[in-house]
Amino acid sequence: MARKVTLQRKLGFTALAWFLGCIMFFPIFWMILTSFKTEIDAIASPPLVFFQATWENYQLVLNQSDYLKYFGNSVVIAGGSTILALLVAIPSAWSMAFSPTRHTKDVLMWMLSTKMMPPVGVLVPIYLMLKYLGLLDTRTGLVIIMMLINLPIIIWMLYTYFKEIPSEILEASRMDGAVLWKEIVYVLLPMALPGIASTLLLNLILAWNEAFWTLNLTAANAAPLTAFIASYSSPEGLFWSKLSAASTMAIAPIMVLGWFSQKQLVTGLTFGAVK
Amino acid sequence: MATAHTKTLSRIMNLPSIILLFIWMIVPLGMTIYYSFQRYNLLTPQRRGFNGWFNYEFFITDPAFFEAIGNTLLLVSGVLAITIIGGVLLGILLNQAIVGRGIVRILFISPFFIMPTVSALIWKNMLMNPIYGIFAHIAEFFGADPVDFFAVIPLLSIIIIVAWQWLPFATLILLTAMQSLDQEQQEAADMDGASTLAKFYYITLPHLARAITVVILIETIFLLSIFAEILVTTNGGPGTASTNLTYMVYNRALLQYDIGGASAGGIIAVILANIVAIFLIRAVGKNLEA
Repeated sequence: MARKVTLQRKLGFTALAWFLGCIMFFPIFWMILTSFKTEIDAIASPPLVFFQATWENYQLVLNQSDYLKYFGNSVVIAGGSTILALLVAIPSAWSMAFSPTRHTKDVLMWMLSTKMMPPVGVLVPIYLMLKYLGLLDTRTGLVIIMMLINLPIIIWMLYTYFKEIPSEILEASRMDGAVLWKEIVYVLLPMALPGIASTLLLNLILAWNEAFWTLNLTAANAAPLTAFIASYSSPEGLFWSKLSAASTMAIAPIMVLGWFSQKQLVTGLTFGAVK
Repeated sequence: MATAHTKTLSRIMNLPSIILLFIWMIVPLGMTIYYSFQRYNLLTPQRRGFNGWFNYEFFITDPAFFEAIGNTLLLVSGVLAITIIGGVLLGILLNQAIVGRGIVRILFISPFFIMPTVSALIWKNMLMNPIYGIFAHIAEFFGADPVDFFAVIPLLSIIIIVAWQWLPFATLILLTAMQSLDQEQQEAADMDGASTLAKFYYITLPHLARAITVVILIETIFLLSIFAEILVTTNGGPGTASTNLTYMVYNRALLQYDIGGASAGGIIAVILANIVAIFLIRAVGKNLEA
């Protein structure tokens, strides 16, 4: 028996949901709107909803401030650390999912527990180590650190996905005499690709937005967008329109990626506990 | 059936990540413990040596320390309260038959994908600014005095910003959990004449227990280390009114160059995180077993 949904009830919930949704989205909407205003319009009182739109801010940000360098740093750091971590994590998750030992559960829990360590607990030695190695404020240094930070989550996510591949298929291929690397390349990878892609996507988002290590370990050279935007917090940098334009460009690609990864987000970030 | 050959091989494949994570966990932590007993300031590097418990005493007797601990716990619990209660209510709402549900979901989930420095600066400048901000205009419209958010209620302001970032996460997880709710159970309760509230309390909430647990665990891990939002809005101030433990250690290390003191603070943060983790896992362990 389907439950009756009266029209009134449906309209009421729809109105409420849209209203609250617009409130949640408002800060983002307002930022995008402000990015098309002149600096004077941006602080007009009362606030302007209709105004003469301009691309000026985008041009200024792109021309003046090495924006593309910071954007490139973000791409290299988020992308590089994710790919590097995947290369280490795939064999690891594969072995734990398909030939588990007595200790596999413990190993997984231990890996997760490394995530419990607060970053300030290791801030000082990491900072000093990178300094002595000449890796402070370099993309290499940050790629390594970000890879280590996200490795446990990546292994967990991959493990969760790999767990769902029926191991009988692997056994069948083994019976047919497939050697290990063939088993991985021709059997496992095609089935695991959706899971690997989800992991990649989600981790790109997390790494793109990471704002503890990127702020503390970079300066002028290797700073990604998180750190560049933070430079707008100084009093003399209070140009709302330019801040908005720079911010909009910094969040747009990742936000759109995020829209398509809602499902993966749930499974991935809850380590498969909620599906 | 895996052969001995593949078993060995699979263990070898697991080794790189285990070794990496082991080094990542042990070496820096060991160094932090070592530094925490050293007199070591980068401004006076020649004055080094064993310092006993001095760094810990100095860090703990700092008047800012207990405030920082309090702020850390307030920040975590405040954001958790808002996101869990809000997430359950919004989850119920979004689980209804709604016109354009896909787009509404996108509106709700988007704040989660905004980098912390961007969301903090948008809120600080365009919403919470006491003169030009939207909230000031709204207050004026109703004839009230605008609030200078970061001067008067700095910690609460940060809690609001962080809650805005994490509410989508809680909502999405709880909504997903609700979608697996047994419809027939609901209908049976309907037939027995159960009220909406009774159904929520006896059916929905128990069903959500596991998801709520997961949300609390994951959010706590991230919320204990909130940093960027404080850095770009208040710098921990006014005074130390919005300094949490993470920010206090950062301040010691990278602004005062006090390696020994910052290390002691870092170890205290690790201990705090472990206490919270033990409490959480014990309190919620039952839920995760199922």
